[in-house]
Amino acid sequence: MPHEDHFAAAARGGRALRIGIGGPVGSGKTALVAALCRTLGDELRLGVVTNDIYTEEDAEFLRRAGVLADDRIVAVQTGCCPHTAIRDDISANLEAVEDLEARHRPLDLVLVESGGDNLTATFSRGLVDRQVFVIDVAGGDKVPRKGGPGVTSADLLVVNKTDLASMVGADLAVMARDARAKRGDAPVLFSSLVEDRGASGAADWVRAELAAWRSSPPTG
Amino acid sequence: MSSVVALLLADGRFPSGGHAQSGGLEEAVTTRSVVDLDSLRAFVGGRLATGGRVAAGLAAVACAGRWPMDVLDAEADARMASPAVRAASRRQGRQLLRAASHGWPVPVEATSAHFALAVGVVSAAAGLAPVDAARWAAYDAVMSCSTAAVRLLGLDPFSVAAMVAGFAVAIDEVAAEGAAFAAGDRALEELPCGTAPLLDIGAERHLTREVRLFAS
Repeated sequence: MPHEDHFAAAARGGRALRIGIGGPVGSGKTALVAALCRTLGDELRLGVVTNDIYTEEDAEFLRRAGVLADDRIVAVQTGCCPHTAIRDDISANLEAVEDLEARHRPLDLVLVESGGDNLTATFSRGLVDRQVFVIDVAGGDKVPRKGGPGVTSADLLVVNKTDLASMVGADLAVMARDARAKRGDAPVLFSSLVEDRGASGAADWVRAELAAWRSSPPTG
Repeated sequence: MSSVVALLLADGRFPSGGHAQSGGLEEAVTTRSVVDLDSLRAFVGGRLATGGRVAAGLAAVACAGRWPMDVLDAEADARMASPAVRAASRRQGRQLLRAASHGWPVPVEATSAHFALAVGVVSAAAGLAPVDAARWAAYDAVMSCSTAAVRLLGLDPFSVAAMVAGFAVAIDEVAAEGAAFAAGDRALEELPCGTAPLLDIGAERHLTREVRLFAS
């Protein structure tokens, strides 16, 4: 067996941008990943790592959606602790990302979707370069005010399912105001994947981040 | 040698992927052969007496560094009947080597090692003795399924910790047995080779389950 150097520090040259997609259960993380694959699949070389608690559920959803070839989607088990697998002990996820890259080199972008978790779950900077936190209006319009590391520190906050706002009595203006109070100038995106199947706003953000990441020097 | 290093490496919080391993416990829970503290204790005892002894012996000889890794690799393969167990062992070994390589000079040629061999290689790189490696491997065999049981069955964590403490003497005995091979005056073929058919069968069935929270 050839011995690849699995321990090489993440070098910018030659490796893909890694973006983590986190957020509570049912907020639309997998739907967002599917939409991004649909929109970006023709212009970028993609890979996806899923961390669903039921192992293959999200990976299967993505395969059935037909947005990406089977072998570009890898599922990781998280031992009942989805946040541990993306933050405290990133071994399995890092390995999955590197295996994807080794198999399909070169890739432009690897999306790591966390299992549904709580408002305190964030990705380790050792695993991803950028992170998106996905919440939805049906989870209550108080979520941005509650804050937590996901809401306050993610590079992009996506407030999903805006099409349901009137049905669940969620005030989008309140959510926007609270998010701004918690996040300052960090971007917040209101989205409805029912109305915008391609998640065009999030895709634009990914494109911009990829360009910025490629042109910035490695940070060790 | 530093005893703190031994504590750090064997700690479940050391980021080497151990949190996602149940050591066969998830399948045993699915098939209801482990349902409470008593059945967990029986499971843990069986695991220590089979896979735990095997792992302790392999870890000790890998730490001793007297044999080529490919020879030890074949000895490890021969002691794991289930392809699922072998694959999980290699994956966990690779994850351990990656994590440890940030702190100690772990040889790159060991990247595909079985977990027990990785335990030995890392122990040697960290200045530990074969008996430390064997103890770590045996302890891990007990802890992986015990912590998984707390999560899967909602068992009282205090009772489970006390149960593990009850295995302390047995773990030390298994470690001593493994370490006895490190001097090199006994043939590798004599390394412990205990196996539990139901654990092997369970590992294969585990891979086919739709709901699978743990990697092993």
